[in-house]
Amino acid sequence: MSMKVLLLAEHDGNTLNPSTARALACANGLGGEVHVVVFAASAGDVANAAAQLEGVAKVLTVERAENGVPLAAVLAPQIAALADGYDAVLAPSTTFGKDVLPRAAALLGAPQVSDIMEVVDAGARSFRRPMYAGNAIVDVKVPEGVKIIGTVRTASFQAAAEGASAAPIEAVSVAAELPSHSEYIGLATQQSERPDLQSAPRVVSGGRGVGSEENFRVIFSLADKLGAAVGASRAAVDAGYVPNDMQVGQTGKIIAPDLYLAIGISGAIQHVTGIKDAGIIVAINKDPEAPIFEIADYGLVGDLFTLLPELETAIG
Amino acid sequence: MKILVTVKRVIDYNVRVQVKRDGSGVETDGVKMSVNPFDEIAVEEALRLREAGVASEVVVASIGSADCQQQLRTALAMGADRAILVRADDIDMQPLYAARTLLKLVEKEAPGLVITGKQAIDDDCNQTGQMLAALWGRPQATFASELKVDGDSATTVREVDAGLETIRVQLPAVVTTDLRLNEPRFVKMPDIMKAKRKPLEEIALADLGVEAPPGLETLTYAPPPQRSRGEMVEDVPTLVSALKSRGVL
Ligand SMILES: Cc1cc2nc3c(=O)[nH]c(=O)nc-3n(C[C@H](O)[C@H](O)[C@H](O)COP(=O)(O)OP(=O)(O)OC[C@H]3O[C@@H](n4cnc5c(N)ncnc54)[C@H](O)[C@@H]3O)c2cc1C
Repeated sequence: MSMKVLLLAEHDGNTLNPSTARALACANGLGGEVHVVVFAASAGDVANAAAQLEGVAKVLTVERAENGVPLAAVLAPQIAALADGYDAVLAPSTTFGKDVLPRAAALLGAPQVSDIMEVVDAGARSFRRPMYAGNAIVDVKVPEGVKIIGTVRTASFQAAAEGASAAPIEAVSVAAELPSHSEYIGLATQQSERPDLQSAPRVVSGGRGVGSEENFRVIFSLADKLGAAVGASRAAVDAGYVPNDMQVGQTGKIIAPDLYLAIGISGAIQHVTGIKDAGIIVAINKDPEAPIFEIADYGLVGDLFTLLPELETAIG
Repeated sequence: MKILVTVKRVIDYNVRVQVKRDGSGVETDGVKMSVNPFDEIAVEEALRLREAGVASEVVVASIGSADCQQQLRTALAMGADRAILVRADDIDMQPLYAARTLLKLVEKEAPGLVITGKQAIDDDCNQTGQMLAALWGRPQATFASELKVDGDSATTVREVDAGLETIRVQLPAVVTTDLRLNEPRFVKMPDIMKAKRKPLEEIALADLGVEAPPGLETLTYAPPPQRSRGEMVEDVPTLVSALKSRGVL
């Protein structure tokens, strides 16, 4: 059995997003030939980076001006047209993949498997995914004769490594009518020198307990000391302490660092589901009954404002 | 302009969901059911647009068994004008099927805007709004945390991984809601009484002529691997030496 798999590359026009290499690991698990497709105005650097990844048989580039911005309504018909020659179409389960892939799936009349955690059996077309904020893990099967379409929960896969040789890159054109009803205005991003939340080996997250935007500097300071990325609970985001892109959880980012420090976070199920695959979880909370202690590998009860400076000193 | 809002009946988000022993599903007996929290935000947003004079009517729709009337009544109590229940008993209503069904309602009602939650907290699929937009051939603005309607277009701020993205879409369009879009209003007792008299139309799924798409077959349900409670440490030095011994510091 050999499948042809199309993997959608995520990028910002210049750099290949690390989520692509993780989704590739899942694609490779299907046991077929994997082609990565880059939709861009100019695909050069991104295509080269994708071509380096292990297990990529070919990189396809679809270059046109409209592909310079990531609009689902523009990309989906192109993906659907390209999908014709493939048995499976995958994308990372990032906001990008979640936005565009269901739109393509609907055009193809196929169901989508969201947040694939594991390829259970490629031959049997079965996949594992979470439901109910991770309180249930289900195995689902894509019926025979139906295209496999899925988003890949990147925290569940190790990024594919760079291979010994680069895969060929082929420019393709796709016949699809593109709508003009959607207009991309811009992206407001907070420039950060800190490691990326979704791929960092260490993450320090703050919750409502941190108390204010001002106070959040204790979290940033500890993170800097550890070379860690910074995350937050939804409550901290809603209170305006930090921007939304730092939210960890069911409806934020699902992450799996080696070390996760939850500071002033109670441990609501929606938060915990985002860190279940973390290596070691440390919780610091002044409430000894906080649910976060039920899942933490190490718990420390006390006031974060006294404990964090101590911790920074002790780390040296 | 008319706004159509989808309302899904799901296990309440405060309930700790348990997988049945035999792996056939999750426990729903005697479990509290509610409006999907993201849909509640969708209803709230539609009501605000009506209150601002942008929309003239807010129609809420659900697909499922007669029990879904409860959640539609909640939306009516919040202030929606009328409700439609597409009766689909004992049907595994997966996102693509739901999107095809909603398309029929959209064709019937011709709304200027459809607002759906970005995901339902039962299946966590995050697909239906996007699929409806595709089938309808209209724009989508997913994960919205801000929505401004201006004439025949809408400008949306979207919560994406890299930050906040702004797009403008021509109406009609589908918008899916993120948590920060608004804070749903509290329903008062008199509103619940009033909601009982608001129109709730039932349509049989079979009467809509929806073509059933292929669906995923669910083989087994399992509880997640449990992380066990670790140890409580006394002080910072003990924590640091534990982390060092585990090789993460
Ligand atoms: C549909 C839906 C989706 C959601 N998705 C997410 C999600 O993706 N991610 C997410 O995080 N949440 C999510 N939530 C919200 C979630 O339910 C919780 O409300 C949230 O995680 C709580 O955040 P918190 O732990 O920071 O705040 P709280 O629950 O208020 O906890 C604050 C904690 O700080 C401690 N504390 C206070 N002061 C100190 C101090 N000085 N020192 C030490 N400890 C202190 C307190 O003891 C308490 O435990 C979602 C909710 C809904 C309804």
